[in-house]
Amino acid sequence: MININIKKTLHGVNGPMNLDIDLSIKQGEFIALTGPSGSGKTTLLRVLAGLEVAEGEIEVNKSFWLKNNKSIKAKKRSIGFMHQENALFPNMSILQNLLFVINDLELALRLLSLAGLTELQDRYPKTLSGGQKQRVSLCRAMMRKPDILLLDEPLSALDAKMRTQLQSKILALHKEFNTTTIMVSHEPSEIYKLSTRTIILDNGHIIKDGKTQEVLLKSQGSQKFSFEGELLELKEADVIIIAIVAIGQQIVEIVVSKKEALDLQVGQTVIVGTKAFAPTILCPSR
Amino acid sequence: MFEPFYISFKLASITVLILFLISLPLSWYLSQTQSKIKPFIEALTALPIVLPPSVLGFYILVALSQNSPLGTFFKDTFDISLVFNFTSLVIASCFYSLPFMVQPLQSGFESLNKNILEASYLCGKSKLQTILFVALPNIKPALITAIIITFAHTVGEFGVVLMVGGSIPGETKVASVAIYEMVEIMDYKGAHIYSAIMLGMSFIVLLSVYTFNAKHKRKFGL
Repeated sequence: MININIKKTLHGVNGPMNLDIDLSIKQGEFIALTGPSGSGKTTLLRVLAGLEVAEGEIEVNKSFWLKNNKSIKAKKRSIGFMHQENALFPNMSILQNLLFVINDLELALRLLSLAGLTELQDRYPKTLSGGQKQRVSLCRAMMRKPDILLLDEPLSALDAKMRTQLQSKILALHKEFNTTTIMVSHEPSEIYKLSTRTIILDNGHIIKDGKTQEVLLKSQGSQKFSFEGELLELKEADVIIIAIVAIGQQIVEIVVSKKEALDLQVGQTVIVGTKAFAPTILCPSR
Repeated sequence: MFEPFYISFKLASITVLILFLISLPLSWYLSQTQSKIKPFIEALTALPIVLPPSVLGFYILVALSQNSPLGTFFKDTFDISLVFNFTSLVIASCFYSLPFMVQPLQSGFESLNKNILEASYLCGKSKLQTILFVALPNIKPALITAIIITFAHTVGEFGVVLMVGGSIPGETKVASVAIYEMVEIMDYKGAHIYSAIMLGMSFIVLLSVYTFNAKHKRKFGL
């Protein structure tokens, strides 16, 4: 169980802003932290990691990381942290990057093989692609078998294909190590795939907190539209099937018949449009 | 015949060692702090670059002489004189060459990506471990520049050495002072040999620094 109750004054682009967070997190949850830029997401993550100070309390598994202005240092917190990019030690090989954390060769090799990096273990970070670097970064974050895994927009610098690959690695490691994960992300499809709970921050405050599906699925008016999106899931509900589609920054539910669903595949790009009141869903190739 | 060179190198080696130990925490502090006193410390450390060596030498002489509190203290307690001997040369050189050690290290530390320092803390490492195993190995060009240039600059100093150490053969007579004296007594042959050695050495030192830095940049992309 993690209890967070912190306050901090930030100096953002729009003048001073109060970050005021009161939050309880259960062991093993995968939380997506989202909201407009400058809303305090990264700061919250950094406060949790001990990289920035704040007032209040942070309690993790019955020990206090922050209480009465006494903060234990970043190095003493059981944290795995993944930066957006460029956080590998350039002077060390991939394997050395992991072993620098804890000299546990067995764990390092296991993580590298889980991430599909075994063959690259003796290479240096400079020679890796962006996606490979982030996979190494993820493995390194897991070396301490952390209580909390913090991911600060870990995939935002990668292209779509790399992102999909890495998303599954993140989920695999999260489950394998039964860690509690908090991820900052702007990508609804990513949030939908990975997280069980979504928290939306705005101006330093939590404005929405709930199950990912409930937070992301907004009801829409019935104006005429036609948008391209990614098909995330096909859910069977009695005689009909509900298609979950990510369109831009939004996730929508669309009812399709079983016959229509036969032509659809999860992961496919589809066009969502409406002719009258009920939206129809089409494959762009047809 | 080459004793002045020996003294120059001994002096430079000791100075580099002492300055490295002093400058490492100082330059790290300057690179990480946002304190308001940072410009004052920076200005103080940079002073030896702009001050005439005679001014620096004069103040060091005044501060260390047997009439000063510091000089009296060392004379009474340890029976050591702080001027006109090798110790005084080391002290003077440490002031004189301080910026040449601090500035490259500081800019090296400042150029480091902040993420990798944070990552090191988040890997459970202390500041000292971070400096030794992450920061220093990743600023090798700056480190090499700092050490070599400090060494070369100390070998090349003249004014401060002459004022604080005089020219006692075998004790404080360094190569640059020896050349000055050879010219004074019109021993041009000796001056030529000494000067040529200094010139050649300085060039080789600088060449190796620049070659190393270029190689390092290609290899690690830093």
